Amino acid sequence: MTKTVASLRQSGLRTDTRTLLALAVGLVVTLWMAGEIEMNLFMAFVLWVLVAVRTVFHENRAVLVGTLVALAVWAVVLPFFQDSGGGFLEDATQALALTVMALGLNIIVGFAGLLDLGYVAFYALGALTAGWFMSGFFVGAGGGEGFSLLVGEPASTLPGIHFNFLLVILIAVVITTIAGMLIGLPTLRLRGDYIAIVTLAFGEIVGRLVINGDEIVIAGEKITNGRQGITPIDKVDLPFLEPFTGLELRPWYWVALALVAVVLFVNYRLRDSRLGRAWIALREDEVAAASMGVPLVKTKLLAYGTGAAFGGVAGVFLGSYLNTVNADQFQFSFSIFVLAMVILGGLGSIEGVILGAVVLSFINFNLIPDVFNDYPSKVGLDFDLTELSFGIFGFLLVIMMVLRPEGLIPERRRQLELTEGVGAGDTALGGGESIQEVRA
Amino acid sequence: MNTEPTQPDESAQRAEPAASPPPSDGALLSAQNITKVFGGLVAVEDVTFEVPERGIVSIIGPNGAGKTTFFNMLTGLYKPTYGRIRFAGRNVTGRRPDLIMKDGMARTFQNIRLFGTMTALENVMVGQNARMRAGLFGSIFRVPRVKREEKTVEEKARETLAYAGIAESQFDQMSVNLSYGDQRRLEIARALASEPKLLLLDEPTAGMNPQESAALTDFMRKVRDERGLTILLIEHDMQVIMEVSEYITVLDHGQKIAEGTPEEVRTNERVVEAYLGKQGEKEAAEGAARRESGRGDQV
Repeated sequence: MTKTVASLRQSGLRTDTRTLLALAVGLVVTLWMAGEIEMNLFMAFVLWVLVAVRTVFHENRAVLVGTLVALAVWAVVLPFFQDSGGGFLEDATQALALTVMALGLNIIVGFAGLLDLGYVAFYALGALTAGWFMSGFFVGAGGGEGFSLLVGEPASTLPGIHFNFLLVILIAVVITTIAGMLIGLPTLRLRGDYIAIVTLAFGEIVGRLVINGDEIVIAGEKITNGRQGITPIDKVDLPFLEPFTGLELRPWYWVALALVAVVLFVNYRLRDSRLGRAWIALREDEVAAASMGVPLVKTKLLAYGTGAAFGGVAGVFLGSYLNTVNADQFQFSFSIFVLAMVILGGLGSIEGVILGAVVLSFINFNLIPDVFNDYPSKVGLDFDLTELSFGIFGFLLVIMMVLRPEGLIPERRRQLELTEGVGAGDTALGGGESIQEVRA
Repeated sequence: MNTEPTQPDESAQRAEPAASPPPSDGALLSAQNITKVFGGLVAVEDVTFEVPERGIVSIIGPNGAGKTTFFNMLTGLYKPTYGRIRFAGRNVTGRRPDLIMKDGMARTFQNIRLFGTMTALENVMVGQNARMRAGLFGSIFRVPRVKREEKTVEEKARETLAYAGIAESQFDQMSVNLSYGDQRRLEIARALASEPKLLLLDEPTAGMNPQESAALTDFMRKVRDERGLTILLIEHDMQVIMEVSEYITVLDHGQKIAEGTPEEVRTNERVVEAYLGKQGEKEAAEGAARRESGRGDQV
């Protein structure tokens, strides 16, 4: 027995007691959680098996690729095992949309090392784009008869502007990319904490604009509906598919999953490209990067632009999915929420960020409000857990920083930096600098 | 540090480099009246000098003489307060560092500044950034042109690493994990990968043992001869300086106090004074051997 274990270990298997124990506990927790959040037990079990296989055969490339493919298939077929109108799919769809945002923020904060505390601005602009071009908001458009492009019934017959979902995504990408670069401009000469402050202010400005937009009139039209919100927003309308409804959630889930896939593809391609290397070089040492021929302005603006574009895409989707665009969605805490996903998962690590986004989304949309919400009252305390949401996130982050500061699935580089104390001083969030006068 | 050399009357003594300046027609880099002021501190004052094509030129001087500041102005990290810099027939005064790099001027740093968490190979690939054309969309869709470019860049990086004397087993190591000597070599490889016309080395032998220094000296010559590079060097190791330089400029307190061939500089009074103080002058007269050791201590 001991012999086989020893030989197994030599072949790169992870079969130590700790791992096996963790997997066993993981199984119990997975099944219990699945029950609580109305996830299909069989699918939860399959998920656990995939993770377990991956953990045990962690050095076998074929297994790694195999489990990744299996995981993708698992994600695609998941809705068939769930109730199409149920709470689980509702939360899963939101989680996927937030994953898109987290991946976008990861480009700015994780790759290029520019701490952005105003990411909500891009969500707001994306959602607003949906509000403008996919609803009856501009009643006067087309002489009161409405103006529509590539959409079917009933949107095409309603007043207001109604563009096809994909078209609106393109518009949102353009708008948010420009906004991202605009926010980038004033931060070009700044480092570290100062960038965070400027971006934070930008997020607040956009938030205020949405709140007060009902009093800002441009060319006879106000720009938002303020706290009242723009509603309803057209449902996603794709060619060859039945029109989406609020009751059938499967199509929404798949659209969100497709968005994640596209964003993921772009993320990987960029990470392993000239631009990705330039971003990381910038994060590591701005002065050296500039001296090695990396154009600082262009590289930073591209990071802001692409990161922002993903926020815009997710914004359009969420606008349509939630059927409303109102000012209360765009608060500072949302920026922190997305940032927490990135940090929890692992700054700069694409896989980690996805995990962080999914985990935090489910905690926020499901575990806290639905599962644990009445626990305090059960023990005789007079409050709901939802009131403590952000306290709980903060607590989670603190725990993470103590136990696993590099994130759930660390980026190879960060892991080295944090566990071996390498060059942590002059990177992203530290930002000390000796040459004071480096010009962008 | 040197002991308070009395500032000699400027106008009278400034000009006299013991030797004639290098022929200006072949100058790859020329700096005219470069001055840099930080607040009230004049770090570099009115320095004029030239680097001839395919030459190996050194800048020496005591600590705080303004050598690195001068380098930073050449490479665009600082903008000169006054003066003009011409490089490869173009005015590069105040030009952006990445564009100057693209023009063909690559540098290393006094305190190694590698991209710590990138591998040796990736570091050198970043060095070629200015020579690459892949854009945002080209990278996302990985069009054939970008794919080819990535491949050539990687091949070139491997070749340059090997050329700089880094073992193949180290290529995929994170650069912070490399040995000190390899980190120095990697910095040079990173600069070389951009196919520069002019290579600026800021104290490349700092912290190296005599054997490594000697190897690096040979390497500099080899690079110059095989790749047709011009090398501008800041160095403290007198052995290296005297052996490798064809021409030396001496800075002290931000001013150029002498220039010439190693032999001329070695015997220049003001240089000896700058390194050893007034007292040194007498000692200097006493013998070369004594002088050398005295310098070693000072530096």
